[in-house]
Amino acid sequence: MITLTNLRKVYHSSDGEVTALDGITLTVPDGVIHGIVGPSGAGKSTLIRCLTALEPPDEGSIVIDDQELVGLRPDDLRRQRRRIGMVFQDVNLLDARTALANVAYPLRVAGKSRREADERARQLLDLVGLGDRAKAYPAHLSGGQRQRVGIARALAGEPSVLLCDEPSSALDWETTRHILELIRQVRDRLGLTVLIITHEMSVVRQVCDSVTLLSHGRIVQSGRVADVIADHGSRLARSLIPLPETPIGVERAQLELSSSTRGASIDTVMRLLLAEGDDVHVQAGTIETIDGERIGRFQVSVIADRRDAVIARLRQGGVYVEVVDETEESDVPWDAADEQEDVR
Amino acid sequence: MIFGYQLNPAIQMYGWSAIYQTLGQVIFAALIAFIVGLPIGLLAYVVSPTGLRPNRIAHAILSVIVSLGRAIPFIALLVLLLPVTRWVVGTTLGWYAEILPLALGAIPFYARLVENALFAVKPGKVEAALMVGASKSRVAFDVLVRESLPALVAAATVTVTTLTGYSMITGTIGGEGLGALLYNYGYSRYMLDVMIFVVIAAVIIVESFQVIGDAIVRLLDHTH
Repeated sequence: MITLTNLRKVYHSSDGEVTALDGITLTVPDGVIHGIVGPSGAGKSTLIRCLTALEPPDEGSIVIDDQELVGLRPDDLRRQRRRIGMVFQDVNLLDARTALANVAYPLRVAGKSRREADERARQLLDLVGLGDRAKAYPAHLSGGQRQRVGIARALAGEPSVLLCDEPSSALDWETTRHILELIRQVRDRLGLTVLIITHEMSVVRQVCDSVTLLSHGRIVQSGRVADVIADHGSRLARSLIPLPETPIGVERAQLELSSSTRGASIDTVMRLLLAEGDDVHVQAGTIETIDGERIGRFQVSVIADRRDAVIARLRQGGVYVEVVDETEESDVPWDAADEQEDVR
Repeated sequence: MIFGYQLNPAIQMYGWSAIYQTLGQVIFAALIAFIVGLPIGLLAYVVSPTGLRPNRIAHAILSVIVSLGRAIPFIALLVLLLPVTRWVVGTTLGWYAEILPLALGAIPFYARLVENALFAVKPGKVEAALMVGASKSRVAFDVLVRESLPALVAAATVTVTTLTGYSMITGTIGGEGLGALLYNYGYSRYMLDVMIFVVIAAVIIVESFQVIGDAIVRLLDHTH
């Protein structure tokens, strides 16, 4: 379990103070894969640096498995770090060592004999599906294979928590899918608590059980993915099931509809739309399977003077309806104005 | 006797020994430079603002030593160090006497190259090692030195070839070896063939160092 309480971190630079973390309070229960999303500068990197104790927070506490991390003496900190597995965006394998030696390194540091370390490393490489590449140097592995070695290394110390900092950002779509699948398998088999920092909503869609949206060092929205999606119109719900951009006509009003696990199913939405006949045109739609539930969002246009009647009928059928106007924000959960220089 | 040319007696008498003396001078001076320069370069990197244990004062001191050491012209170093050489070695004459100034000149040179090589190690590798619970001193050797080993050997190659050039200069102030042969016979007695002999020998020595150094780098480098 990871418990963060009122975490604050301020950076001082020549042009004033930057508040990177502004009172973060968050609990991630055992065995959960939790995503932290947000634009660059939201405080994601700072959060992970505090969690790894590479940088101390100014205020607040970080408790991992009943052990407070803030204010530990260097020796105790080193021991604690062995219980946290860390997966980096650019993997950071040691190029002078083979895949096996990279995975064995944390065990050697922990004082295990070479034989013992190598044997355990071999098992871990098997676990991540790279048993046959043990003797390869990182330069001879593909990006996805390198990240697999990185995950094996993170698991070497038998951690209870796995921290992943943008684990798939340097990888292509297909490889990303495999890596996220591996993280999920590892969680299932070893019962780890996993924290994934990412700027990609697709990562949240694919593996996360719960998610937190950060902006300007604060938590904007947080909760189980299923609950967050049920909160129609919330920033996370919109960005988890994004609609493509469509032009907004003058004489036709634009509506955004969402199916719901509690109200109208996708089929119900479709049936209601068909019943409206030619007055309503479906312009875009997205169906995502999240947490085992299929959720659909649709963008439709409706003849302006029929708008209110159509909305009433749809809402009666249990459909979430929202009127889109021209000043509507985009489907990204953060505005362009939110984007600022990464503070770290 | 080739095409009626009689090999210069100076080359016949002193050629081989000059080569051995130069090699001895360069190799010993280089060894000292590596043994002393590596820790200095490593320390300079570790206490630098982005290093493992930043320390402004230690960094300033090491920077001055390394910069000043390289700024002093070698010929000046050679002359200025004569009393020290006499005190340490007992004489200022002979090939071994000049090992001291050569080594002292090469130490800051190699230290700076070491520092640069360490700067090329990705900080993420250091963080990854710290994250698995490695101590800072362990990270210094397991990550910094080990990961930059090919670059450190390449830097050593540059140092040893540069030293070969500098060792020639010691011949002008009472040293032995190829430099002395060149100065005493090629220059002072206008023996062009001695000059050519020395140049060819020097080229072969420098190239040999380079080839050996490159081969070791290839052996150590696993990045491609």
